[in-house]
Amino acid sequence: MYNKKVLQHFKSPHNFGKIKNPDGTGKVGNIICGDVMWMYIKIGKNKKEEEIIKDIKFETYGCVAALASSSIVTDLAKGKTIKQAIKINQKQMVESLGGLPPVKIHCSILAVDALLEAIYDYLIKNKKVIFEGLEKHHKRIEREEKIIEEKYKEWTQVDEKINDSKE
Amino acid sequence: MKIIKTYLDYAATTPVDPRVLKAMLPYFTKKFGNSISLHTFGQEAKKALEKTRLIMAEALNAKNKDEIIFTSSATESNNLAIKGIAFANQNKGKHIIISSIEHSCVLNSSQWLEKQGFKITKIKVDKYGLIDPKEIEKAIRKDTILVSIIHANNEIGTIEPIEEIGKICEKKKVYFHTDAVQSFAKIPIDIQKMKVDLLTASSHKLYGPKGAALLYIKKGTKIEPLIHGGGHEFGLRASTVNVPAIVGFGKAVEICEKEMKKESKRQIKLRNKLINGVLKKIPDSYLNGHPTKRLPNNTNFSFAYVEGESILMDLNSYGIASSTGSACSSEELEPSHVLLACGSRLEQAHGSLRLTIGRWTKEKDINYLLKILPKTIKKLRELSPYVQ
Repeated sequence: MYNKKVLQHFKSPHNFGKIKNPDGTGKVGNIICGDVMWMYIKIGKNKKEEEIIKDIKFETYGCVAALASSSIVTDLAKGKTIKQAIKINQKQMVESLGGLPPVKIHCSILAVDALLEAIYDYLIKNKKVIFEGLEKHHKRIEREEKIIEEKYKEWTQVDEKINDSKE
Repeated sequence: MKIIKTYLDYAATTPVDPRVLKAMLPYFTKKFGNSISLHTFGQEAKKALEKTRLIMAEALNAKNKDEIIFTSSATESNNLAIKGIAFANQNKGKHIIISSIEHSCVLNSSQWLEKQGFKITKIKVDKYGLIDPKEIEKAIRKDTILVSIIHANNEIGTIEPIEEIGKICEKKKVYFHTDAVQSFAKIPIDIQKMKVDLLTASSHKLYGPKGAALLYIKKGTKIEPLIHGGGHEFGLRASTVNVPAIVGFGKAVEICEKEMKKESKRQIKLRNKLINGVLKKIPDSYLNGHPTKRLPNNTNFSFAYVEGESILMDLNSYGIASSTGSACSSEELEPSHVLLACGSRLEQAHGSLRLTIGRWTKEKDINYLLKILPKTIKKLRELSPYVQ
């Protein structure tokens, strides 16, 4: 089902864990859907004084595809300038993994989302110019979160009912 | 570290017992006849087929061996039971009762019937996956024609109170079908006591080959066939009969019945060691299903903060075969309907793991699992944002 490279990233993921006092954090996904990714970035500067992703780490709750794509995205983003990093897309990521089973492609979208959200978070916090594409991307994630909340509303309500009846 | 191939997915399928294979082999090459041919070759095959029918009737305590119909799979048997009863009895009514934890072939057959104008009631279960027979009594209406309840659940191993449900259906004069795929020849079954009119069982779950299953149909039951053709299996299931597989099924049942008492005792001991070991060694782990009303070979756990497919694939890298109810492991990307019906939160269903033991599981296999699984969970929790 999964190729060797995907399984390698799954078994020995790169750049996992937290960053203390990150410059930007991206949190995407939802535990009730089965995939959650948190991405942390630290920003530095290169010799040309351009802002770069000096360090990046992830924490992921999810399947093999979700874990492997988190790992590869951190590899792709590390050391890149912000301008380069926001160009990382899903196609490039899946290709870097040597492909994913078609049914698993959607699990990998979150990894790119988390990275872009972390960059967005950094830019907003530091009152920097938000690239046009990034703003659109952020809005889409917000919309999707709402849809998921709506979809699973019934579930959260059931949970509340269960908790109520226990009390 | 040495990787040891360890099969802990016996509820998915089992290897063929060498004794079963030996019994089957002549029916591929020498006794290959078509069981409806009148010549010696055909009659030889027919004799083997009828002998197997008798083995099944005895194992179930059926009154007549002709109450056993052979099919190609449990899915086929369940389809025949549900659709066959529905089509034959729709003049009486169009209401069918099932539970919310049936196998997908029962669920999907019922859902298909719903599109044809039948009404389906799904009985809820408690947190252990147990059905309350009183709920079935309450749900039976004038137009109810069939109740179909799984004997022992394939995911969580909970054994349902079939005898009590059977009594209710007999009293209310409603046909009663049970899917006994996971329980047949593993725990005692007596259809006279259980008062079932139809029962499904399958070969490959009990060390027989794939491609053979049965449907017990009590004499006098009104049922329509789904496959029409040359009149095989009393006109209820046309198709050239898969004699080698059915002979293997028969041999497999004979062995299971003979060894049942000793084997289930052995498996319960191993199962309890596995359950206690996992719950003790792994924090935030939970047992799904009933603690005691449970198949001798079934365990099912949920682990907080981790996802099931990842657990399965990590165990697989150590040679251990398991199963999960996580959404990511299924083609439909939906988490286990059984765990959700038991009131599990979605994340518990995502983090579930089924380990099922069998005839060749030894204590050393359990020890190996108990060595690897805590490491797997610990590693995945280190990656998880939910663990501080």
